[in-house]
Amino acid sequence: MKRNRPPVYALLAEFEDPHALIAAARRVRDEGYTRIDAYSPFPVEGLTDALGFRKTRVPLIVLIGGLIGCAVGYSMQYWIAGVYFPINIGGRPLNSWPSFIPITFELTVLFSAVFAVFGMLALNGLPTPYHPLFNVPRFALASRDRFFLAIMATDKKFKMEETKEFMQRLGAREVSNVDY
Amino acid sequence: MEENPEQRADIEMSVPPVVGPGYTYASVTQKISSIVLTRRTPMAWFIGLGVSGMLVVVLLVSIGVLFTQGVGIWGINIPIAWGFAIVNFVWWIGIGHAGTLISAILLLLNQKWRTSINRFAEAMTLFAVMCAGMFPLLHLGRPQFFYWLFPYPNTYGVQPQFRSPLVWDVFAVSTYFTVSALFWFTGLIPDLATLRDRAPGRISRVIYGILAMGWRGSARHWQRYEMAYLLLAGLATPLVVSVHTVVSFDFTVAIVPGWHTTIFPPYFVAGAIYSGFAMVLVLAIPLRKFYGLEDFVTMRHIRNMAKIMLATGLIVAYGYMMETFMAWYSGDQYEINQFLARMTGPYRVLYWSLILCNVLIPQILWIKKFRRSVAAVFVISLVVLVGMWLERLVIVVISLHRDFLSSSWGMYRPTFWDWSTFIGTIGLFLFLMFLFVRFLPMISIAEMRALLTEEAEA
Repeated sequence: MKRNRPPVYALLAEFEDPHALIAAARRVRDEGYTRIDAYSPFPVEGLTDALGFRKTRVPLIVLIGGLIGCAVGYSMQYWIAGVYFPINIGGRPLNSWPSFIPITFELTVLFSAVFAVFGMLALNGLPTPYHPLFNVPRFALASRDRFFLAIMATDKKFKMEETKEFMQRLGAREVSNVDY
Repeated sequence: MEENPEQRADIEMSVPPVVGPGYTYASVTQKISSIVLTRRTPMAWFIGLGVSGMLVVVLLVSIGVLFTQGVGIWGINIPIAWGFAIVNFVWWIGIGHAGTLISAILLLLNQKWRTSINRFAEAMTLFAVMCAGMFPLLHLGRPQFFYWLFPYPNTYGVQPQFRSPLVWDVFAVSTYFTVSALFWFTGLIPDLATLRDRAPGRISRVIYGILAMGWRGSARHWQRYEMAYLLLAGLATPLVVSVHTVVSFDFTVAIVPGWHTTIFPPYFVAGAIYSGFAMVLVLAIPLRKFYGLEDFVTMRHIRNMAKIMLATGLIVAYGYMMETFMAWYSGDQYEINQFLARMTGPYRVLYWSLILCNVLIPQILWIKKFRRSVAAVFVISLVVLVGMWLERLVIVVISLHRDFLSSSWGMYRPTFWDWSTFIGTIGLFLFLMFLFVRFLPMISIAEMRALLTEEAEA
C-alpha cells in the first residue's frame, strides 16, 4: 500500500445525454484536468476530441501483424516447398511464387486480424478482473443509457472538495466518489 | 436546399425506416436484452432445439458410421469421386459469406441498415463455416488424420503440397473461420457488458462478466475498439472474396470439362452472396416475427436484401450464360458435350430445376408487390437456397459423370448416409442458431444505440 494514496480512485459525474457529456468534457479539459476519461454505452462521435485523446496505435499494430503474417506465409512455403521437401514436377521451379500467393495472402489477413483484436484488448488492458468504477452502483447504467465523466484522483489538479464542486457545476445529474 | 415538408413526408413514407419510431437507448437495450435475460423462453424454442438436436444426433451417427466403415457408405465412385460432401461444403461456405458481406462490406460502405441484422448474420457465418469445414475432412477417407493437411514438423518428413488449391483451401477456410469468430466476438464485447450489468441472476452475471472481460465503455477503449473493428471489416472484405475464389480454384485448376473456366471465381463469389442473403432472409423473417422485432428488422431490411438477392442472382445467371457460351465458343468437343449432357443427359432434371430456381423464379422480385410481401420473399429465399444447392450438384456431379473416355462414364446416386449427413448438418446449424438466439443478443445493442443517435441527428 502506498502511503500517499488519494482517498478515492476518481470522481464520477453522470449525464443523461451524449451532448451534455461532450460539453462537460470540454469544460473539464479547459479547466486544466488531464487525467480524465468518459464512459458511454456506445461510441460517441467527437468525444475523443473533446477529451483530447491522441490517435491510437491500433493501426500500427495491425500493420506489423500483417507484415509478419506475409513474411511467415511466404517464407514457410519457400522453405518447405523449396528446401525441406522439394518435389520436382516436370522441371518446374521449386520457388513457384504465383502458387504461393493465396496462402501468403490468407496468413497476412489472419495475422492482421489476430493482432487487431488482441492488440486492441491489450492496449485497453482487458481482461480487467477488477475495476474500482464498478463500486459505483449507478455505473451499471453506463452500458445502458447513461454517460459518465471521471476525473482521476491522480490528476495534478485534483482536490477532493474543489473538484467535486466544479463537477457539480457541469450540469451533472449526480457526482459520486469512486472508492477503491 | 429548401425542402417542402410535404415532399419530405412523402419520401419518408415510401422508404420504411431502419428502426421503428419512439425508441430510446433504454428501451432498445431492454427490448433486445430481455430476450436473453428475462423473457420466458417460449415453448417453441424448446421444440425447435429438440428437433434440431435430434438431427445433430443423426449427424453424429452418420459420422460415426463413416469413421468405422469409410467413405464407401456414400454414393461416390470413380469417376464421380466428389459427391455430396463437396456439394455441401461449397453450399455451406457460400451461405456463410453473406454474414461477412453484411458485417464488413456494408460497414465500410456506411450502410446504416446493416446494424440490426449484422449480429445474427455473423453468427450464421460461423455456424455455416463449421458445417462447411466438416465435409472436406469427412471426405478425406481417413478423417482422423485431417491434421496432415497442415504443415507441422513430423517424423515422416512429409509436408503439404503448397501448389495445390486443396491446400490453399485449408488455409483459406481456417483463416475465414478464425477471422469471422474474432469479428463476431469483438462485436459482442460491449453487449456482453450490457448483459453483465443487467443480468438478474448471479450465475449469468458471472458468466457474462467473464466474457465481457471488464468492458466499461471508456472513451479511450471505444476509440481503439472502433479502429480495430473498422480494420477487421477492411480485412474481412478481401478475405471473403479470396475464400470463395480459392474454393472455385478447387474446380478451375483441374482440367475437367465444366470446371476449367475463368469465370468461376467471380461467379462463385456472386453465387455465395446470393445463397447467403437467401439464408439471412430465411432466418430473419421468422425471428423478427417470433420475437416481435419488426421495429428493428423492418421492411427496409427485407426489401434491401431482396434487391441484393435479385442483383447477385442476375450475376449468377450471367455466369451460367457465359460458361455455356464459352463451351460452344471454345469449339472443344469435350466442353460442348459436357454442356449438352447437362441440358439433355440423365441429370437434365437437376439442371433445369436449377435454372428454374436460380434464374427464373427470383425474377418475381422485380415486382414491388412481391418485394414488399414477407411471405413471398421468404418462399423465394427458400427456392434460391435449393437452387444454389442444385448448382453445386450440377457443377460437381454432372461435370464428373462424363469422363473423357466413354468407357469411364458413370452415375452417382446419393445413399441414405449422404442424405443423413447433409440433413444432420442442417440440424447442427439450426441447433447452434437456437442456442445463439437464447443466450446472446441477436441484435447489436451498442450499435442500435449509436444508430438511434444518428437517426435523431439526421
